[in-house]
Amino acid sequence: MSFITALLEGVLLGGYYAMIACGLSFMFGVMRIINLAHGSLAVVAAFGLWIIADRFEYDPFLALIVVLPVMAGLGWLLQRGILERSARSGELIPILSTFGLAIVIENVLFECFGADIRSLAPYVGSLAYDSFDLGGGSYIGELAVLTFAAAILLLGGLQLFLTYTPLGRQIRATAEDPDTVELVGVNSRFVNAVAASIALVTVGLAGLFLALRTNFDPYSGSLQLIFGFEAGVIGGTGSLWGTLAGGIILGLAQTLGAHIHPQGFLLAGHGVFLLVLVGRLYISRHAFRGFLKARFGW
Amino acid sequence: MSLLSISALDIRHGLLQAVREVSFQVEQGETVALIGANGAGKTTLLRGIAGSHRPSNGQIRLDGTDITRMPTYQRVAMGIALVPEGRRLFAAMTVEENLQIARASGRKGEWTVDRVMETFPMLKPRRNARCGTLSGGEQQATAIGRALMTNPRLLLLDEVSLGLSPLAVNLVYKSVEALIASGATILLVEQDLNRALKVANRVMCMLEGKIVVEGNAGTLTREQITDAYFGHQKRGQAEQT
Repeated sequence: MSFITALLEGVLLGGYYAMIACGLSFMFGVMRIINLAHGSLAVVAAFGLWIIADRFEYDPFLALIVVLPVMAGLGWLLQRGILERSARSGELIPILSTFGLAIVIENVLFECFGADIRSLAPYVGSLAYDSFDLGGGSYIGELAVLTFAAAILLLGGLQLFLTYTPLGRQIRATAEDPDTVELVGVNSRFVNAVAASIALVTVGLAGLFLALRTNFDPYSGSLQLIFGFEAGVIGGTGSLWGTLAGGIILGLAQTLGAHIHPQGFLLAGHGVFLLVLVGRLYISRHAFRGFLKARFGW
Repeated sequence: MSLLSISALDIRHGLLQAVREVSFQVEQGETVALIGANGAGKTTLLRGIAGSHRPSNGQIRLDGTDITRMPTYQRVAMGIALVPEGRRLFAAMTVEENLQIARASGRKGEWTVDRVMETFPMLKPRRNARCGTLSGGEQQATAIGRALMTNPRLLLLDEVSLGLSPLAVNLVYKSVEALIASGATILLVEQDLNRALKVANRVMCMLEGKIVVEGNAGTLTREQITDAYFGHQKRGQAEQT
């Protein structure tokens, strides 16, 4: 029975990872940009929610009304101020500049909030530790179920938005061919800024669930980035349902790994990630060799 | 006033000057064919007019308005549409989506998805197919349809017959001729001289970035054009002086 619980927990944990990976995968899929400040930005949102909950004693879920628009604005600034400029200089520069941004964010947060660890769990009543009784001595956390449901809603909503709305179509077309999209009357700069805003709104949501389920401090972002990245790569970057699948696979591997051995949590997660990565390279070995030859003359 | 008026336009690819001091006008309702060898600067000129390539010098006016520095998407809203060389469809999207996306500029006009389907009947059964799965002719029809969906005043066609079977070329040109009959203003690049002379009112021949011969399709002879095409005329002039 505990094995089944572990399976269920793994799947639910996957919902959280999918939520973390959502913005990362969306940004990569649309703008071909790997945002290494992703995790730190989630921590920024977490601190924003924490301030509102702590100082003004508002419910963290209510605080989203303020924090999500702020995150959207940050996304706009990020795109116009950093990503757009750095993307002009090649594929590598946005990676470097967002890496730099992550360091700046972490240290600014450290200056403002110090090294104390914080959590939103005390501000949501008993939600953080309530659980559903599955019978037979098995319980499943309410927060984990809520996170999973939120992830499905977020990814599903985003998928519907991309498929059926004119703006969603423009975002997809811009992802495919940013030059041609201008020829049919789409302002690709505007579309990319909107896409970055959407990505950061999802980052804001991820920040909420990060802060609800665990402790965070100014430097918590990098581990979230790694989990998000792993989920994204396992599921195939750029595909939203793939991201959900990737999150679930990662969550399952970690939970089952921990089930086998207490040290197995991270090890199993990273192991699956590496397996998928190597498998991918093996499958596309010829393509990869061709790429190296064409690119570097190896 | 001419619909399109180009004066002393220079366009560069880095050090290479692809278009040199080109000046010409296109009147409302006219069909103008641009011919010339590969590398003569035809595609660059069309891309410059559409906005994909910024000119280094000169002026482009649409109906009197200077659009030389205007971003591409705003030119679409002004009524310029380019069917790019190689079609450049959004391959992962369906035919209908490719058409719908061209409504982004919101320019008013008569073109709808249904009307494109009527103009290009071959697209009807492929309406929900991904563009990557279409045949060359179907792709070209979608590309032209996509440009029409922006309700253009000036349609730029860049080698619409490239890579198509002779049968598909006939079908595509049938539609182009229908457009011309409906009063559209078209500037087209075409390698097939016979076709260019057949559909166009006026022909311009480019050589090394310049327009070397220009005239009415009826009055220019094939010899005049082929001489210009291969640069014989230029040499002839040099010998005279």
